[in-house]
Amino acid sequence: MDLSLDHRFEKDNILVGKLDDLINWARSNSQWYFQFGLACCAIEMIAAAQPRHDLERFGAMPRASPRQSDVILVSGTVTLTMATRVKRLYYQMADPKYIISMGSCANSGGPYWEHGYHVLKGVDLIIPVDVYVPGCPPRPEALIEGLLELRKKIREETPLRKVS
Amino acid sequence: MELAEIITRVNTAVPGAIVPTEDDAGFIQVEPKHWLKVAQLLKDDPELRFDSLMCITGVDEGPEGRLWAAYNLHSMELLHKLEVRIFVNRKNGSIPSVANLWRTADWHEREAYDLIGIKFKGHPDFRRILLPYDWEGHPLRKDFETPDYYRGMPVPKDKRGWE
Amino acid sequence: MSEALKNFGVVKAEEMVLNMGPQHPSTHGVLRLRIRTDGEIVSHIEPHIGYLHRCFEKHCENVTYPQVIPYTDRCDYLASMNNNHVYAMAVEKLMDIELPERVEYIRVIVAELQRIASHLMALGAMGLDLGGVTPITWTFRDRERILDLFEYTCGARLLYNYIWIGGLSHDLPPKFVQYANEFLDYFEKQIVEYDRILTYNKIFVERTADVGVLPVDVAISYGCSGPVLRGSGVNWDLRKNEPYSIYDRFEWEAAVGKGEVGTLGDCWDRYWVRVEEMRQSVRIVRQALAQLPKEGDVHAAIPKKIRPPKGEIYFRAENPKGDLGFYIISDGSPVPYRLKMRSSTFCNLSVLNEIARGWMISDVVAILGSLDIVLGEIDR
Repeated sequence: MDLSLDHRFEKDNILVGKLDDLINWARSNSQWYFQFGLACCAIEMIAAAQPRHDLERFGAMPRASPRQSDVILVSGTVTLTMATRVKRLYYQMADPKYIISMGSCANSGGPYWEHGYHVLKGVDLIIPVDVYVPGCPPRPEALIEGLLELRKKIREETPLRKVS
Repeated sequence: MELAEIITRVNTAVPGAIVPTEDDAGFIQVEPKHWLKVAQLLKDDPELRFDSLMCITGVDEGPEGRLWAAYNLHSMELLHKLEVRIFVNRKNGSIPSVANLWRTADWHEREAYDLIGIKFKGHPDFRRILLPYDWEGHPLRKDFETPDYYRGMPVPKDKRGWE
Repeated sequence: MSEALKNFGVVKAEEMVLNMGPQHPSTHGVLRLRIRTDGEIVSHIEPHIGYLHRCFEKHCENVTYPQVIPYTDRCDYLASMNNNHVYAMAVEKLMDIELPERVEYIRVIVAELQRIASHLMALGAMGLDLGGVTPITWTFRDRERILDLFEYTCGARLLYNYIWIGGLSHDLPPKFVQYANEFLDYFEKQIVEYDRILTYNKIFVERTADVGVLPVDVAISYGCSGPVLRGSGVNWDLRKNEPYSIYDRFEWEAAVGKGEVGTLGDCWDRYWVRVEEMRQSVRIVRQALAQLPKEGDVHAAIPKKIRPPKGEIYFRAENPKGDLGFYIISDGSPVPYRLKMRSSTFCNLSVLNEIARGWMISDVVAILGSLDIVLGEIDR
């Protein structure tokens, strides 16, 4: 627990600190991600959740509904038909919400960049992305790294003073 | 059954259906207007029995040429294969649909229409399959140009920040 | 329609249209089903595909023959090795290339290992769809071991670009044969475990036996192939019936559904064929590892310039999910003039309306799981 506490009273189980830190600590340790398998990267996303890599030890748990999730993992190629759905699902999520763009396709169109007439060249053209995970496909370890980076980002926020 | 025997068999049953090609072509070319009859024969004739349609490929010969579809047939009983080609006019030609004979042709024909733009007459549910319904043009035609925007989203490569 | 429903009598409710997908955990990707139901009974299913249309065929017309291989990887991303293999064989046939023995053996070894990996994913996903969370953790545990072998061979976990036209990108690393044999010893015991947790599990059998029966003539008419066709009792495996590569040198049997717990051609049979195929693949890999020639340069037959002569070819081979076909038109240049991929799951999915009609909505999930679709290959 790396709360930046002002004082620590050992005997009475009292912690004195900023409420922001407490909220951020809670939020950053339970990033429930929206299970949103689009293409090849989805397989690595599933692999990351399975025993070998075990994403749940970081408090990240797959949810099938946008209402229950905090993070969208856009894993794979976003086509133009799918882009409208991605956008709609993003707007269905409750704030605060974050987006991890996983894989080259979601970052920039990847191998389908040049001739892909039906591929969106990067999911950031339609929704704001917080963390980009490069790779085609990224290894599960890379995805975990991305989640940890997002955790750092969440901890720097000030949820009580609304960030513009 | 060898290709030459198949050709004679089809020619006796449906005269004038096969367009003569080179001897070693390895396929038969069928007139679009006779295709339905020929397809029925290929499927039902006890010595042909092509019960499985493996693939339909639509091909574009370029702005000056024609469109054509290649049907790859296979018989699971008699273990022989056949390729049938049907050429149509680029502007207004159409091929009779065989979706009622081989059910798999349903989706394959829709795909050939979607990507190449070959029209199939008499298809039970004729519309685009892979691309969205409001898409314009057929992307695998040689003269297809990618639109700049689709529903407000930029489509061609956007080189800002890359150069 | 199931017996229970028939006895229930004719109940007519108001027709309802239900949209399943494109974001749904059990549609295996971004498939959208438009289901018309009468109460809870499905009266019509219309699959809407194209949410992952990545313009594979357009790319093929713009890149050279070797550059197509990475794109074939990404079509059926659960069976990349097999896709590479089929494509490479198609171009080799067009160019008339003779391969060294060692290359053929290595190709068969990796292709069969990939088949096991693909079926493991199918098993786990089907178990998950039907409500069991444990099977997928078990299958992924074993799948990771296969991926480790592949990573050791060519450095990639999922998309390999390993089988090249005329050869391979790398030779097998040292001790691969030993590691592969160790894996097979371990894995053979695991299949028994799968039988215990899933195959003969009472709940699983109740959910899948007699459900979604696919008759043989319908299967052939719809162009079904692979485990879906064999599940209906048709003994048709291209590795046996039209032997390609070196499959005729091994002793194995094609897995064919028998209708052991229900009607022939139900979901359980399609599932069981996959389990049995894993056993047969283990047999093939064992024999191939034993016969693997020690000498041979895997780069020897790779042509300097890949310019197939003018002509066309339709070549198909057995993928884990069915027949994968490539129709390639070459105009003598280094770039294919037209390349069409006949994907197996595209045809397998089209049969969905035929077999899911008359079943409950919850059975649609079981039927979809038993078809084992991959959207990357359907939409290309």
